[in-house]
Amino acid sequence: MTEQRPLLEVTDLVKHYPVRGGVLRRQVGTVHAVDGVSFALGTGETLGLVGESGCGKSTVARTVLRLVEPTSGAIRLDGEDIAPLSKTALRPYRRSMQIVFQDPFASLNPRMTAGDIVGEPLSVHGIATGAKKQERVAELFQQVGLRADQMRNFPHQFSGGQRQRICIARALSLGPRLIVCDEPVSALDVSIQAQVINLLIDLQRKQNFSYLFIAHDLAVVAHISHRVAVMYLGRIVEIADKHELFANPRHPYTQALLASVPIADPKAKRSAPLIDGDVPSPINPPSGCAFHTRCRYAIDRCKSERPALQAAGSRHQVACWLNDGTGRDE
Amino acid sequence: MSEALPAETVLDVKNLQTVFFTNSGLFRAVDDVSFTVRRGETLAIVGESGCGKSVSALSIMRLVPDPPGRIVGGSVTLEGTDLLKLDDAAMRDIRGNRISMIFQEPMTSLNPVIRIGDQIIEAVRLHQKVSSKEAWKQAVDMLRLVRIPEPERRAREYPHQLSGGMRQRAMIAMALACRPALLIADEPTTALDVTIQAQILALIVDLQQRLGTGLILITHDLGVVAQTAQRVIVMYAGKKVEEATVESLFETPLHPYTRGLMASIPAVPSPDAREDVRLIEIPGMVPSLTKLPPGCAFAPRCKLAVDRCRQEYPPLDEVKSNHWAACWRAGEMAEAS
Ligand SMILES: Nc1ncnc2c1ncn2[C@@H]1O[C@H](COP(=O)(O)OP(=O)(O)OP(=O)(O)O)[C@@H](O)[C@H]1O
Ligand SMILES: Nc1ncnc2c1ncn2[C@@H]1O[C@H](COP(=O)(O)OP(=O)(O)OP(=O)(O)O)[C@@H](O)[C@H]1O
Ligand code: SF4
Ligand code: SF4
Ligand SMILES: [Mg+2]
Ligand SMILES: [Mg+2]
Repeated sequence: MTEQRPLLEVTDLVKHYPVRGGVLRRQVGTVHAVDGVSFALGTGETLGLVGESGCGKSTVARTVLRLVEPTSGAIRLDGEDIAPLSKTALRPYRRSMQIVFQDPFASLNPRMTAGDIVGEPLSVHGIATGAKKQERVAELFQQVGLRADQMRNFPHQFSGGQRQRICIARALSLGPRLIVCDEPVSALDVSIQAQVINLLIDLQRKQNFSYLFIAHDLAVVAHISHRVAVMYLGRIVEIADKHELFANPRHPYTQALLASVPIADPKAKRSAPLIDGDVPSPINPPSGCAFHTRCRYAIDRCKSERPALQAAGSRHQVACWLNDGTGRDE
Repeated sequence: MSEALPAETVLDVKNLQTVFFTNSGLFRAVDDVSFTVRRGETLAIVGESGCGKSVSALSIMRLVPDPPGRIVGGSVTLEGTDLLKLDDAAMRDIRGNRISMIFQEPMTSLNPVIRIGDQIIEAVRLHQKVSSKEAWKQAVDMLRLVRIPEPERRAREYPHQLSGGMRQRAMIAMALACRPALLIADEPTTALDVTIQAQILALIVDLQQRLGTGLILITHDLGVVAQTAQRVIVMYAGKKVEEATVESLFETPLHPYTRGLMASIPAVPSPDAREDVRLIEIPGMVPSLTKLPPGCAFAPRCKLAVDRCRQEYPPLDEVKSNHWAACWRAGEMAEAS
């Protein structure tokens, strides 16, 4: 395959949080929030990250941006490992990586005008001031479908969808190459979600950004992503092109996840069985394959040995002992 | 029309009107809404944030905070009794007995300092005179019914010791402990993961059908509607704008808002799906209830709007058999489909 160097390459990323307890606040355990995650993201590509609450999606997103310090692992941006860089050395890279959060209400300063919010990174990074800044902000407003005269308004004067546009405009202001979207539409009304999803797709087509896109709504992730990675308890258990993943899910957890999505068609009957039980705690994750406590196919080996991500057909990787590498059923 | 209800009708809501008096003025959160629920039937209520779904539910329960809210019109007939005419004491007897409600966040209705089993016992004993031993046994049975593993042990635990999914199950156990005629579930699975959501929905529907309970399911997830409900009402800005069987609604939605909603949700890709279909956007935003436009409230966002829409509110007509829509152009849409 003639692959260019990916924009972002994450290798064996680990993030552990200490759990403290007792009066002395001694460490009594470890949260395995992210436990050895590797993936690559090409220029102009969208990688979707899905999985149940607490599986480590946001932690991956934040460590990639170094908003959270990784415990170990490499984060290569254009081939340069940014994981060990000091705050100062990191600065030039910050411009290329931006994040859009779930809650457009909480992430905007209510006392700043929309124009100042979007223009702030330009001043902070000393890129533009005065009239030049205003001009750039007006341009950003127009790009995300807001009017320039709305620059003077305060966040409360915007609807949820419009506020998310402000967040996106701010993320775009420094000309980033990677935008991490952590549940960017989850707080929005269904009828507004489509506006934001379409905007993100249009912007990518024009400016060739790469997106790391997190959402708990599988249909939304599938719609916007080129490839999708499924996480379970801090690990990627399956990663593939989206059509391949949805047509041919190989990991029992992915199969269960897809089967659990209610389909908006009364004639579509649920086919696959549901999985029982809850997600185990990431403090003492199960040994071997972390999914073995809920897996219908578990064999003895699954309880003691952890399966690594292995090829299962083309551009498709699965971490499961049932995978024989062919991408076909036995 | 005759006053006698068909035997299987559990709930009959007629012309319900609930208003709020706020600083920015009076508005109708629920405006002339009618619907029925039959035994063992699931009625879904969908619509966007603020359209009046929860206030409709709270009105049925007579739990609308007053002030600022008040039910100003209509009737809510449960098993032949108009709840709006009952005094507070009689209404308390109905709540948690003939009607139960499940909320989105289980911790709001579970008491953190009382053991799970004891909370269910309270629900059982409120309306049933049984010994404490018998009540405890019933509580454990309920936990088993909602498939909580090791129910004897869990009954002795406190809410914080249970996972989110288990708490939601415990709440369902509590809601059904009194065998209500009507169960109202307001976004019961929104806070849960999709695999747990699927378990809980399957559980609610299974129990509801076995016990013959009427179910009102409030949700914004059209997938959940398609998979669980028999009938659906769609609300927009306080009004019912469409009602149909679930099959008819998904096959031929007859209100432009419902159509927009269906076109704007991405589908899980299937092998035969066309590559990269663009989502259809509903432009604009939901109007503020205090500043509703004259005529059809959806007109500012509606591609089909004509002059008449901006002047007169469209009546809710039975456009097809058993399929109602409040839209001046629903007839044309029905013919075209
Ligand atoms: N600062 C922290 N200290 C301790 N534990 C943390 C911290 N941040 C996250 N965690 C834990 O790490 C795990 C992964 O959390 P993360 O927020 O990445 O999950 P997520 O997949 O984004 O979940 P969600 O879908 O709910 O947003 C969780 O168990 C969480 O409780
Ligand atoms: N206690 C209250 N005081 C004032 N207004 C209220 C109150 N409760 C609800 N409202 C208003 O009544 C309208 C209907 O609210 P309701 O809670 O029924 O919406 P909903 O359809 O359940 O929305 P969501 O999907 O967000 O839960 C909204 O405009 C809301 O702001
Ligand atoms: S490795 Fe074993 S337990 Fe894990 S998913 Fe595969 S079969 Fe199931
Ligand atoms: S009545 Fe008119 S504005 Fe309202 S939904 Fe129908 S066509 Fe659109
Ligand atoms: Mg998260
Ligand atoms: Mg509500």
